[in-house]
Order: sequence, then structure tokens, then C-alpha cells
Amino acid sequence: MSAPGKAGFSKPVYTRPRSLVDVKSHFCPGCHHGTIHKIVAECIDRYGLREKTIGVACVGCAVFLYDYIDVDVVEAPHGRAPAVATGVKRAQPDKFVFTYQGDGDLAAIGTSEIIHAANRGENLSVIFVNNTTYGMTGGQMAPTTMLGQKTSTTPYGRDFRGDGYPIRMAELLAGLEGTAYSARVAVSTPALIRKAKESVRKAFEMQIAGMGLSIVEFLSTCPTNWGMKPLDAQKRVLGEMSEYFPLGIFKERKQADAI
Amino acid sequence: MTPLAPSPTKRILTKGNEAICLGALAAGCRHYYGYPITPQNDIPEYMAAHLPALGGTFLQAESEVATINMMLGTSASGKRVMTSSSGPGISLMQEGLSYMAGSELPAVVVNISRSGPGLGGIAPSQGDYFQAVKGGGHGGYRLIVLAPHSVQEMYALTMLAFDLADKYRTPAMILGDAIVGQMKEPFVASPYDPASTVEKPWALTGCEGRERQNVKSLHLKDNAIEVHNWKLHEKHERIRKSEVRAESYMLDGATIAIVAFGTAARVSKTAIQWARKEGIAAGMLRPITLFPFPEREVFELSRTVDVLLVIEMNTGQMVEDVRQCTPLHDRIAFLGKPCVMPTPEEILEQIRLLTRRKG
Repeated sequence: MSAPGKAGFSKPVYTRPRSLVDVKSHFCPGCHHGTIHKIVAECIDRYGLREKTIGVACVGCAVFLYDYIDVDVVEAPHGRAPAVATGVKRAQPDKFVFTYQGDGDLAAIGTSEIIHAANRGENLSVIFVNNTTYGMTGGQMAPTTMLGQKTSTTPYGRDFRGDGYPIRMAELLAGLEGTAYSARVAVSTPALIRKAKESVRKAFEMQIAGMGLSIVEFLSTCPTNWGMKPLDAQKRVLGEMSEYFPLGIFKERKQADAI
Repeated sequence: MTPLAPSPTKRILTKGNEAICLGALAAGCRHYYGYPITPQNDIPEYMAAHLPALGGTFLQAESEVATINMMLGTSASGKRVMTSSSGPGISLMQEGLSYMAGSELPAVVVNISRSGPGLGGIAPSQGDYFQAVKGGGHGGYRLIVLAPHSVQEMYALTMLAFDLADKYRTPAMILGDAIVGQMKEPFVASPYDPASTVEKPWALTGCEGRERQNVKSLHLKDNAIEVHNWKLHEKHERIRKSEVRAESYMLDGATIAIVAFGTAARVSKTAIQWARKEGIAAGMLRPITLFPFPEREVFELSRTVDVLLVIEMNTGQMVEDVRQCTPLHDRIAFLGKPCVMPTPEEILEQIRLLTRRKG
């Protein structure tokens, strides 16, 4: 491709991250997986980790990680990514290991695995995508579904009297000694995307420094199963979701010897 | 505790469960994950004591569910990995075993089985036969299943289990019980033959110098899952063809042949010796591999003896596979003792009864 006429344009100021595969996205319009993949890929590139990374994909829409991130990936059973990642990291402590998990995966069926991996201070990074629903199976109630939210299995809205409350995982995991870093971010505006990337960088740095488990929870959309237009879905993230799931850093370990 | 690295030639007195650990360590296994359950706790305790000094990993997981998935991760990294458990814990591992079979990942799972169903009891049992040899988890697959009947075999078959699991890229199971696990007898820690280890180019080690690769069991596109299932089937057929192991015990001129594995076979040997002293031509075919099952051996035997006496510590599981091997069903007899070890006296009595009737 030839450079446009203006001399200043000949120097690229933006390129596709090396670790992001150049393919068409199959995700629905307005879904955040693509943006989150790109942040992850950029951070892998930043620390030169691509050739020493093993990603762990989970069950749900998040499983397609291996179609988009250009690194070795192992597929874990539903919820078990932190256990699989533990097995990878214990076998190859010099490698960079991250899991990529949805809310049903991490906060329902895999609660035990994430809590104990964090509690052991496993030196892993966890990318947690919270869109308050089970996307791939057709929009059922998730552990993070908001009170009153209608899903295919809460057709009258989630009612705490029978369905319990949405779980705040970033805060819950921040309470464990083994957790090195826990933050909640969103990617609904350019400014938030930049902040999210800072958090993922921090999380990766924690692993590089051997500090313990780092987790970044992304507030994400599922316009298809929410029955919303993409723009309205962004507003929901910035509105009621951010109110119940506040953005911020809940734990940031300074020294590895605190473990 | 038996010390590490015992003499490769001298007989030493060791417990079956510890012989498994020695076999695993000799075969180069340096990763063990597990969760406490009776009657196999000697295995994690031995590994916890010795693996750190060998530069390995011992990790007591939060559950057997986590255990099998830690194994999945370590196996995907190309390393030899083992766990041990018993009935209820093995049930919790079935999901992970199905994923590992589907993802073609090797591992060794030791089942020092106890009585069931449910919480059952801690008495020795062979009630997990079906679960072990028919796959156990969802989707249609087979585990390679080895059934030791002595401390020596606990050692040797553990080494073999690692080799076969790697060779065929599939999980292998050691199916023992509380008796072979807890009994002590002399054994020789014969050296491991490293010639049987294989390269693992499929391992996920980071994509340095190569394209990225995956370890997965999801196949959504076109007819990929059908193709994958045929591939697994073909693998099972190769295992069936090449890996059958069985012991022929005093079968020369036998008119009655016991078919038994593990502890039931061990006890049967005594009964067979007593029967021979009484002039009864008794012998035994002892399957060492339960999958692959010695189908041809059972078939040939059924044509030469008057009676095939299947003995199990359950109410009848392997006997169904024996029936599959031969059309001569009227020659098959069964003695089952659920969750109890049959005594040599009981077996001898059964042999007398069956040979009198046939004679």
C-alpha cells in the first residue's frame, strides 16, 4: 500500500498487534470480545511474551480465543481454566500463562477453581469478561445478572428471593491473600479502553514479577442476548452495570514477599 | 516409608501404594496432583515427601475436579503427570478424563478402588470395573486400564501406564483396590527403560520457532467431530490389536479356568494350587489389561475348557465382557462377592462343585 500524499502520513502510527490474528471477527455487533482480545494482544506484544505464552480458553463465547490470539492455547472444561492454568504454570514456571473466562465460567461453575487458584497465589493472569449473561447458550441467567434483569431463565426478571444477588468477583478475589492484583474495567469509551489497557499491563507485570494471581474484570456487553442495539448496550455498561459493579482497582500488591 | 531409588536388583519389602510412587518416579513423573481419600493416602503422602527434592510439583488440590484439570494443564505442557484417588474421587474426575481423551492428552490415574455406590465404604471392591473400562465420562472413549495383582506389578504397570499413555496420547488407569494398595510384599525395583519415551511435538510450550498450536476437544466446523471420533476409534482399535496383556496361570490341560483380575486373581492362585493338589485340572487366565480386554484369549480358552469361572469382587461386571468373547455361554460360571475378598476356601469349593457337576 502506497503512502498518501502528505509526507507526515508515511510513518505508521497504528498497526495491528503482532499477537492478534488477522481474521474477520465472528462475534456479534457491539460485543466487546474483539476489543478485549486486542488489549490482551497489545499487552502480550508490549512485554515480548508471544512466544512464551500459553493461553487457557474456557467454555462459552470466550473459547474462540484461539482463533484470534496468535499464541499457544489449551482449552479447559467449563470453569476449570484456573486449574488447567495451574497445571501449565507448575509445569512451565518460566512461561507466561493467562486464562480468558466469561462470567458463567468463572463466577458460577468455576468459583471453586478461581478462589483456590487465587488463594494459592498461583502466578497467573486472569482476564474475566462479565456481560451478565450466558451468551453462547442463548442468554440465560448468569451469576452476575443484575436484579430485575430479564433473561431466558429469569423471564420475569432476576429476583434475589429465589435467584440470589449478582456476585462482585473483583472485590471478592481482592479479599484473598494470594491475589496480587484485582481490578474492574470497562471498554465502552476510548478513555475507558486506555484505562483498561493500563490494568491489563499491571496484571501482566504482576505475573512477570512473580507476585501471584492477577485478575482484570471487564464489564462487557451482549447486545444480542440483552435485546439491545450496540449503542444502548454501551449505555447500560456505563449506567446500571457500573453502578452495581464499580470500576476501580481493589488490590495491588507491592511486594512479592507478601505472599 | 520406602526410601527413594531402591536397589534395582535386591528384593525390598514395600507396600503396593508406595510401589506405584516408585514406578511413577522411575518413569520420570515429576508432577502429582491429588485430593485425600481412603484407601490411597499413602500415595500423595509419599509424593509430598519426595517430589520437592526432585524438583517436581506436589499440589494438594481443592477437589478431584481441580486435580484432573491441573493434570490436563501439565499434560498439555508435555510433562508426565499422575494422580491417585478412589471411587467417589474418580467419579469427579470423569469430566476431565473425557476432555483429556478428546484432547488426546496422556496421563496416569490410579484408582485404589473402594466399595460403592455412593460413599459406600472403604473395603476393597472391583465395583469400578464398568466405569474404568467403558470410558467413564461422556462422549464415547476408552481409557487404557491396567490391573495389577502384586506389589511388583503395582511398580511395573505404573511405568507401563506412562509409556502407553504417551504412545497413544490418551489417559491410562491403574485399577487396584485396598488390598493390593495396602499389602506389603517383596519386590524388585527393576530399572525403567527410557527407550520407551516419545517426543511430544504437540505440547504447548509457547510458539517460539513454530506456528501457534492448540490442545482442544471442541470441533464445531463441518464434520470435524465425526472425523475426530473416527480417529479416536482407530486409536482404540490399534490399542486392542497391540496392547493386550494377560497371564496364563497353570492352564496346561486345564478343564476349569478361572478368569479374574487384581486381588480376586491373586486369591484364586492359592485356590488353583489347592485344586491341583486334589487332582482337579484348574488354571486361570488373568487379564492384566482390562482395556484392551484379552478377547481372543478368552475365546480360545472357552473352546478348550469345560468351565470358565469368572470371579469378581462385585456382583458381575467383567463377566459381561467374558460373555461377549465367546458364544459358549453355558460354560461360563460366576462367583461374585461385592466389596468382600473371596477366600481361597470359597473359590476351591466352587471349583469342586463345578468340576463334579461337569464330570
